[in-house]
Amino acid sequence: MKQFKGRVIVPGTCTAEALVSRGGFNTLASYQMALMFGDKQVKCGDQNNPDIYKKPMLGKALCLPMTIGSTTGGMVLYTACSMGKQPACMLFSLPIDSLAASGAILGDVWTEAKMPVVDGLGEEFLAYVKTGMTVTVREDGVVEVE
Amino acid sequence: MILTPEQQALLDGAKGETMAKVVKTLVMYGDAFGAERMVPVTSKYGHTVISFGLKAIKPVYALYDQLLDAGLVSGQKFTADPKPLDPNVPSSLLEDLVFKKIMYTDQKPYEEQLRRLGITSDDDYTCTCYLDEVGNKPEKGDVLSWAESSAVVYANSVLGARCNRNSGIIELMGSIAGFVPEFGLLTDEGRKASWVVELRCKHRPEAQLLGSAIGMKVMEEVPYVKGLDKWLGTELDKAACAYLKDFGAATASNGAVGLYHIENLTPEAKEQGEALIREGAQVYVIDDAELERVKRSYPVVWKDPEAKPQLCFVGCPHLTMQQLIDWTDRIEAALRAKSLPQVTVPTVFTASTPVLKEFEKTVYASKLRTYGVILSYICPLMYMNNPLCKKKAVITCSNKLRTYTSARYYTEAEILSIITTKEAAK
Repeated sequence: MKQFKGRVIVPGTCTAEALVSRGGFNTLASYQMALMFGDKQVKCGDQNNPDIYKKPMLGKALCLPMTIGSTTGGMVLYTACSMGKQPACMLFSLPIDSLAASGAILGDVWTEAKMPVVDGLGEEFLAYVKTGMTVTVREDGVVEVE
Repeated sequence: MILTPEQQALLDGAKGETMAKVVKTLVMYGDAFGAERMVPVTSKYGHTVISFGLKAIKPVYALYDQLLDAGLVSGQKFTADPKPLDPNVPSSLLEDLVFKKIMYTDQKPYEEQLRRLGITSDDDYTCTCYLDEVGNKPEKGDVLSWAESSAVVYANSVLGARCNRNSGIIELMGSIAGFVPEFGLLTDEGRKASWVVELRCKHRPEAQLLGSAIGMKVMEEVPYVKGLDKWLGTELDKAACAYLKDFGAATASNGAVGLYHIENLTPEAKEQGEALIREGAQVYVIDDAELERVKRSYPVVWKDPEAKPQLCFVGCPHLTMQQLIDWTDRIEAALRAKSLPQVTVPTVFTASTPVLKEFEKTVYASKLRTYGVILSYICPLMYMNNPLCKKKAVITCSNKLRTYTSARYYTEAEILSIITTKEAAK
């Protein structure tokens, strides 16, 4: 088990299975088809992201460097939260970007979804965590990976 | 973050629970980036990226109903991104069914919501709101609450306004509150360049290719570009602005650039020169070979990579009046040289409705139609944003369209050649 300390953007706790995107996570491309066609597992639709393409995102601890792509990204994340289709948590190795922050905050303020968000976990975090590992997020921004 | 007494009162619910949530959202947004205060939005108009009534995002419309029910409308009128549908653009029966019955079922009610929230006009759906014909052109130093990556990067870089790369919904909340958190590109420090790009091309670089190369290299950081004034000159004339529109859209979509400086050309670079460059900035040298390498790196995601082009889109971002005129001249010359009456690939040129209305007053509009080109206000990106288009061989000279869809990128010269070849006509 290894611990990493980040900054809390949206507070909360959870334990979930890791889903790791080593490249930038394109929010629109990842969620578009799943939201449009009601995919219950919310499988990732971004064909340019081989790490997570076609893998279920619902309820996973999404580990990523940052989000990329369209400025609709925050709106898409908010929509996922409204529909209960959000990841269990979002864990950023880099400082959070403005689009991801928007989506996470909109989800926190305007929906019932609980999705803790922690950023700045560092390169080592993303190098260590692998898809399928168990991740626990603590209230103080400490993330345990085992 | 330190709020003024008025802002604190709003956060505490002085104007109701919904307004308090709007302000709480903006405060949390600012806190995430270390903002110490809110600053007033000073531009005359806002701009929203959400222009589409997509069934899949019903919660957004429910949220906007909540705002309207609380009596919250934008404190400033605003423009919006292009519409996703236009009957002028070719589509199959199946595509029509998917567009109208599955995807954009909420288009009309959403447009009504935008009217109530404060859109400037039913004509003002475009990603190029800053063009003179549309009239949403901020002044230098204005603070904006906009979303739409290509418009934000243009406003920051070419007009010298100040705006972060906001997400949809957040931009409307800034316009409702009348203030936004001060961080990033709203600050002098945030506008300094951490990359120097040195151009060593022997030919004028293609705007959308150069922007792509720089975007992919610097991602969300600010580049200071040296050597482009050799090709664009030192004045922001129509040709330079059109070039920078396309260049910027590519930097913002292939990377996440929100501001660039062009030495001797863009306003802050002219005023401050190399003082805009941070100490220790990285250097990226671009020559013709580098641009060719970048172009070759684009994946071809057509189902059949050898397919004949079925549709061509030009105008993402929307074309300017001068670009429409220039394309008309180029197509005329190419068709004449090849003794062809019309383009040989169905071709759609997209521009804002106000630009198209002005264009219709010129002789060029009827010429372009005679050559078989379709004029539309549509957003090509939204048109292609469905599973059916993955099977369609669409070509474009837009690097933004390439990035987000299965459209295949070619330079403008290549596009002109492809849509005027006799072989394609067969």
